[in-house]
Amino acid sequence: MTDRTIPVTEDELHAYVDDELPAERRGDVEAWLAAYPEDAERVQSWRAMAEALHARYDQVANEPVPQRLELERLEREPRRWIYGSIAAALIAFVAGGGLGWLARGEADTPAPLQSFTVDALDAHRLYVVEVRHPVEVPGSERAHLQQWLTKRCGWDVRAPELASAGLKLVGGRLLPGPKGPASFLMYESSSGERFTIYTAKSATEATQMRYTTLDNDSAMFWTDRGVGYVVSGGSDRERLTQVARAVYEQVEKSGS
Amino acid sequence: MSAFRQSVEAMIPALRRYARALARDADIADDLVQDTLVRALRSEKLFLGGDIRSWLYTILTNLNKNRRRSLARRPQFMPLLDNNPDASGTEAEGRDIARALSTLVEEQRAVLLLVILEGMSYREVAEIQGVPIGTVMSRLARARAHVKASLEGERPALRRVK
Repeated sequence: MTDRTIPVTEDELHAYVDDELPAERRGDVEAWLAAYPEDAERVQSWRAMAEALHARYDQVANEPVPQRLELERLEREPRRWIYGSIAAALIAFVAGGGLGWLARGEADTPAPLQSFTVDALDAHRLYVVEVRHPVEVPGSERAHLQQWLTKRCGWDVRAPELASAGLKLVGGRLLPGPKGPASFLMYESSSGERFTIYTAKSATEATQMRYTTLDNDSAMFWTDRGVGYVVSGGSDRERLTQVARAVYEQVEKSGS
Repeated sequence: MSAFRQSVEAMIPALRRYARALARDADIADDLVQDTLVRALRSEKLFLGGDIRSWLYTILTNLNKNRRRSLARRPQFMPLLDNNPDASGTEAEGRDIARALSTLVEEQRAVLLLVILEGMSYREVAEIQGVPIGTVMSRLARARAHVKASLEGERPALRRVK
């Protein structure tokens, strides 16, 4: 028997099969399996299951890739919905006065999006330095915050979970945007760096992510389903990209 | 071709395998892969480093979730009988495992396939699904128990009443 060791849990059995178990625990699990044939049988059945899955599906990975999945082809003939979003962006650009080619090297940024980003950066600078009252509703009331902003703004305002980027929700506030209300969320890392997410109604349906910088602050911005997103932070472009990407992915995930 | 494009291209066979097992229909599976690739190419600018492999699996997993959500409103047709008396042992086994997979709920199937078939770590799967590792482990445990029961139930000789 294995009375010297801590009993092996079901999670550990799975981790053992999946090579996720710390090396120093492997011996304990193996001794356990020798002593408990029922668990050994289960582990054996999981291994057989893995073999059956590979036997059934590995052949798919060995098939020649169908033509319609060739990258060059996909770039030449993207699906129609991509044309749709490009067309929408162009229409917004033309409607925006045609003189969308703006300063600071943002040559391909439509004007409305540009001014919108400046609004967001202004809000970012105004509030990130605020120590005592950076937000109206604290992050501890996340559900209420989201509900309130969604109701006031008219689109789904969700505060993304940015723990993977080391950020905690400080809270949010409502701001005047270019065409109606805008939502403003603030996040903070353990070292005190702050990032903000600004969203407002946009004339542009969908655009790619873009980058802009203004003095010591920078922003990544894009639009999705008619809502513009601006993620602002300090001057570290890589860090900002990481945060913006996390936000983008969660917005994308929550969409239809 | 850029390094990004090369990394994406290298992943196509594995994405097809995952999609096939996830959707269990060759055409739907390749549609999923195609949409995943289009989306990846469109978002190339977002990627200054990072793990392209997990990212692609994330896109595909989410697209499938969305697809199923829209399918849920339509009636589903399942073959009443798909017995093939000529099937060899391996084919029959393959059919069994495919059928067992089809009885899993979506999140559990994805976890099982990502871990077993695609060799992703629990941590990577947690990121792909946007859930804590504990959730991944409980989904995996439930998926394995379910598939095991389903495989055993498929063999008439072992069928028993619970």
